[in-house]
Amino acid sequence: MTRLPAPWGKWIDRTKSLSFWFEGKSYPAHQGDTVASALLANGQSLIGRSFKYHRPRGSYSAAGWDANALVQAGSKPNLSADRLAVQDHLQVKALNYFGCLNRDWGRLVEKASRLLPAGFYYKTFFTPRIAWKFWEPVIRHMAGLGRVDLQAAHAYYDKEYLFADVAVIGAGPAGLAAALEAAKAGAEVMLIDEDQQIGGSLNWARGGDGEPMAKLAGWPRISLLEQASVQALFDDNWLEIVKGNRLYKLRAKSVVVATGCYQMPLVFRHNDLPGVMLGSAVQRLMRLWGVVPGRRAVVAAANEDGYAAALDLMDAGVQVEAIADLRAHRDAGPFAIEAGQRGLRILQGVTPYEAHENNNRLAGVSLAQIMGEGRCGPVFERIDCDLLAVCVGRIPATGLLSHAGAKFAHQAHMDLPTELPAHVFAAGSVNGCLSLDAAQKDGKRAGALAAKSAGFEAETPPAPLRDCEGVTHPWPIFAHPAGMEFVDLDEDVQIKDIVASMQDGYDHIQLLKRYSTSGMGPSQGKLFWPHVKRLMAKEKGVTPAEIGASTIRPPMGGETLGHLAGRGFEPVRLTAMHRRHLELGGVMMPAGAWMRPAYYGQDKNAIEKEVRAVREGVGLIDVSTLGGLDVRGPDAAAFLERLYTWTYAKLAVGRARYVLMCDQTGVVIDDGVAARLHDQHFYVTATTSGVDRVFRLMQWHNAQWRMNVDIAQVTSAYAAVNLAGPKAREVLAKAGTSVDISKEALPYLGVREGMVAGIQARILRIGFVGELGYEIHVPAQYGEALWDALMTAGQDFGIKPFGVEAQRILRLEKGHIIIGQDSDALTHPFEIGMDWAVKMDKPFFMGQAALRAHLEKAPTRKLVGFELENDQGPLPKECHLAIEDGEIAGRVTSVARSPALGRVIGLAFVPPGKAQAGSRFQIRVDGGSMVGARVTPVPFYDPKNQRQEM
Amino acid sequence: MPLVLIKHALGLSRPKRQLPAQKELKSSYDVVIVGGGGHGLAAAYYLAKDWGVTNVAVLEKSWLGGGNTARNTAIVRSNYITPEGVRFYKESMGLFETLSQDLDFNVMYTKRGHLTLAHTDAAMRTMRWRAEVNKHLGVQSEVVDDKDVARIEPALNMSRAVRWPILGALHHPVGATARHDAVAWGYAQRAAEMGVEIHQGTEVTGFELSGGKIVSVQTTRGKVGCGKVLQAVAGMSSKVAGMAGVTLPIRTIPLQACVSQPLKPFLDTIIVSGSLHCYIWQSQRGECVMGGAVDPYPLQAPRSTLDFKEGLMAHMLELIPGLADVPLMRQWAGLADMTPDFSPVMGKTSLENHYIDAGWGTWGFKATPVCGKRMAECVATEKVPDILSAFRFDRFKNFEQVGEAGAASVGS
Repeated sequence: MTRLPAPWGKWIDRTKSLSFWFEGKSYPAHQGDTVASALLANGQSLIGRSFKYHRPRGSYSAAGWDANALVQAGSKPNLSADRLAVQDHLQVKALNYFGCLNRDWGRLVEKASRLLPAGFYYKTFFTPRIAWKFWEPVIRHMAGLGRVDLQAAHAYYDKEYLFADVAVIGAGPAGLAAALEAAKAGAEVMLIDEDQQIGGSLNWARGGDGEPMAKLAGWPRISLLEQASVQALFDDNWLEIVKGNRLYKLRAKSVVVATGCYQMPLVFRHNDLPGVMLGSAVQRLMRLWGVVPGRRAVVAAANEDGYAAALDLMDAGVQVEAIADLRAHRDAGPFAIEAGQRGLRILQGVTPYEAHENNNRLAGVSLAQIMGEGRCGPVFERIDCDLLAVCVGRIPATGLLSHAGAKFAHQAHMDLPTELPAHVFAAGSVNGCLSLDAAQKDGKRAGALAAKSAGFEAETPPAPLRDCEGVTHPWPIFAHPAGMEFVDLDEDVQIKDIVASMQDGYDHIQLLKRYSTSGMGPSQGKLFWPHVKRLMAKEKGVTPAEIGASTIRPPMGGETLGHLAGRGFEPVRLTAMHRRHLELGGVMMPAGAWMRPAYYGQDKNAIEKEVRAVREGVGLIDVSTLGGLDVRGPDAAAFLERLYTWTYAKLAVGRARYVLMCDQTGVVIDDGVAARLHDQHFYVTATTSGVDRVFRLMQWHNAQWRMNVDIAQVTSAYAAVNLAGPKAREVLAKAGTSVDISKEALPYLGVREGMVAGIQARILRIGFVGELGYEIHVPAQYGEALWDALMTAGQDFGIKPFGVEAQRILRLEKGHIIIGQDSDALTHPFEIGMDWAVKMDKPFFMGQAALRAHLEKAPTRKLVGFELENDQGPLPKECHLAIEDGEIAGRVTSVARSPALGRVIGLAFVPPGKAQAGSRFQIRVDGGSMVGARVTPVPFYDPKNQRQEM
Repeated sequence: MPLVLIKHALGLSRPKRQLPAQKELKSSYDVVIVGGGGHGLAAAYYLAKDWGVTNVAVLEKSWLGGGNTARNTAIVRSNYITPEGVRFYKESMGLFETLSQDLDFNVMYTKRGHLTLAHTDAAMRTMRWRAEVNKHLGVQSEVVDDKDVARIEPALNMSRAVRWPILGALHHPVGATARHDAVAWGYAQRAAEMGVEIHQGTEVTGFELSGGKIVSVQTTRGKVGCGKVLQAVAGMSSKVAGMAGVTLPIRTIPLQACVSQPLKPFLDTIIVSGSLHCYIWQSQRGECVMGGAVDPYPLQAPRSTLDFKEGLMAHMLELIPGLADVPLMRQWAGLADMTPDFSPVMGKTSLENHYIDAGWGTWGFKATPVCGKRMAECVATEKVPDILSAFRFDRFKNFEQVGEAGAASVGS
């Protein structure tokens, strides 16, 4: 491991040594190293293989801007080695090779590259039809990068909310200035930076001043979020930020985007070899990690950046063989002058035309004179070198601005923001202010404006002039007859692929992207779009500005599914009596968000025994999950009249009535009971899974109708039980109640408020199961006490708790329907025998207009009760179909063996002509055989409904 | 190695332009199709191929297939719940089977198998209903239990120690995916070869009506006369129909989706969970294509949100916990035109020569071939084919809906 002496390598701690594994080999590293920096320090420049041709690849940007250096670390796929911190014993693997990384036989694909033009897979592999079946798995197998480990332990991820007056993204020179200026104005500032340490280019650029932290000292209003990457800027300044395993969600009053620039790649033959790097990558590697990525270097320059990189290389002791300056004449910038003075060989109007490979890395560069846009003379010299630093222009990092809906204009061969949304500001080089001085001034301006936009008083300094002219070369693209000049390193897209896609007719930027796959890779084309646009513009004969921008979509890179999921939150709702159910051996099942006992105990006849207890003695069921809504106010009755199909205006206080709700199309959506507790107070129940929707609809409609009612969702405020069975009255009396529960004083459908077992309760004489029954609702905290009191009182009467399964059978014996099971997304009340609950002569109710239309038409189906002609054969299941003359005639909605009747009964939709009692129809059961069924009047059990009125 | 590629490599086959170059608009066309997405282009293709109607212009405001054709997640299935729906989508899958050969363009139609997971009793009942209707109409579809689910797709987490354990599923072995863009491009190429004109960057701004007919179409490139107008503009259906004075019972709601970075193959089946509001499949490129239910509120703007991703992934990791460390690559949104009954609207409107292809909610891509073919028939013959009649526009007025809510991919 070779390192430059300090002050090079400011981010590594040379006193702390680590070791990690790459491809089964151990490498030493220092605290502070990334996998890429440590590998390069050990002379390992080959890090992975490319997506399509399996070409050797190494770190290109040293900043994770591309997919070149993606690796697998343990179970984590597709991590950028540029940003992955070395930890002791970390296991790192390269991606996408067959055989071994050094000798990847997948590279045979490159030999066949002439066979694989852009969009090749659209043109072939489909004749004969069977061909695709063969080729598709081959293509799948060749594609993809990292591996998912399905068995890996789920890491801990969580989330945190943050708030700020001003969020500043990027703590480079502009971001630091912006943060300071906003804080001076009094704003609470959140400064977010993705690097190991703040400072941006101050840390690695030649002439950076190196002490960024010092600037923030003494500014308590600036909070710093380091090593945190902003993934997206959503509407209303909602920032998604990833740091470690935490997702931060930040709401800011205003945002300063100071994300800087990427450096622009140079496109020429074999421009992808390990050893060809962006100049900024070289400078980062040297200054931040003390790594020299080569011994003999050539610098390709088109601006001062190239001269700065060359001088840095010289200072680090690297032999700089030449600077190939793409421009015919260089500016007299300070670095160019210094380079001249120090005797560097400077070639004007020259470009690397081809890079040469040896042992999976750069071995030399052939240079040629530039004759015109993208045209070169013959190669005049080959220079042996192991490093080519590329400094031919900048690409503003506008991704977050694009998320926010900014508009851009083409200026100085770059896309720079022109129109920004309210409360969003751009500062520094992303805004075209490239020099240190301009960037800092621009940051100051943006910081002041952001503070002002957040409601603080600040004087706005004048905007500095953009100083971006002459930095970005207009055409750093040099085609070679033999190709392999990569426009998009992620996707191995060559110049000819872009041209061919255009010639194939895919000449809109979006079509080209999809057809050529350029910009579709892991880095989403951050570094590659400008070149794609240049090539398109040339092919079309227009300017790059006319091509337009491709939308940059979130995320910016680095967020995982785990970040987004966080700890997950799937609430489970438990009733007040839950503990009792478990003690009694209740087998729990989900009911909406709740858990309810399906039945109690392990006995295989448990359900039947529960059913018999209710029919013959007394049973107790927890019905706390039923929705509860308090509707109060002078218009309460009128409100219910509009929402539900029946009528409630004249319902006496102390009485309950069935409620049925339809949507606007007349489809049944919920049911329950309305109990009138007071002239202006109804307690309305709804189904367990339907109550949220009912509550929402009530609020929605009340917002429109503006009636004088107050609606409260009280589901979880009450616990409730149904005490049912012939002995229910005796049990209730024994438990003790202040209410006169005699048949005369509290008849069926009566409602009273009073004490039960010393607990204030609402007692409703209703029930789903068709026996004498009391629904008793008490404040939730007394649910368990009520349950205990009733179970104790019931002991002498053989009381049994019963669950949802028994209730389903009991109600089926009574022919009571369950909305959602015995109805579907189109069922209207007349199809399910609910005519009696629909008052068509009311002035209005929800769904009435639709129901009028239904009444004018011939019915198409009817829900009927049925029993099987033969109980001993195969049994139908719910949702088996009724078949008539080979056509679908209906559907079974409920079916069960009735303990009370000793036969299989059910409910089914049948054609109206088959709905009369005694009609026969056929049900197709599992395996396709038919069983006969006979329409039977409902209720199956106690047809005169005498038992519930006892 | 296939011959086409060898010919290409040897320079024996000249690359020929697949998508037509832009032309001037003519003064009038027999049929003007508004919307150059998959549906509009398919209709143009079948008009030319089946009915010899070639004086046709497809007007696209942006780029070919740039609306919801580009934004959908490319799943093709026919395991619907209503007989009308099942028949319709079954015919579509039949057309997909040979689409690559018919269009001479690989649309990468790939059968992967499709599992709709059930986490509750009620969901299991719905699965059985769908399976019974499907089988009755000759569509491969079966209710399977949790053991079968584990066998069909080993990547799924079958633990009972999660909030919503997988109890079983509806298995649709013929469930497939196709390269969505390629479907549009393939139709465009072949339609153009037969004389159909495709005009990108041509936005319709209004219709000129006279005597209950549309007589001309106003565009950003001038006015064109029209014999008939077919609109196929998912996401903008209400707006475009509104220009002709036709009001649709449609609410437009954003529908979002996302893809992960590319991974080596680990997931073969298309997985959908209605209760958990999520679906996932792995593309040929190795990306996990993921999405969920439509957004909670209507909006005619395809913007991405953080909420969507958070909710989706919390559920996704319950299904496949091993995806926790997978990086997300891109998220986007499309626009879903939701009808009250979750079925599309096809056929004629109250105007004499206005044909509509709308209401495609979250289920439009898979219908591209059949809708194109049958709408072409409808336009050419001026008669509504039987297979479309259940989806007629006036069904809402008469409350004769086709209730597909139970089979929408991830619920409403």
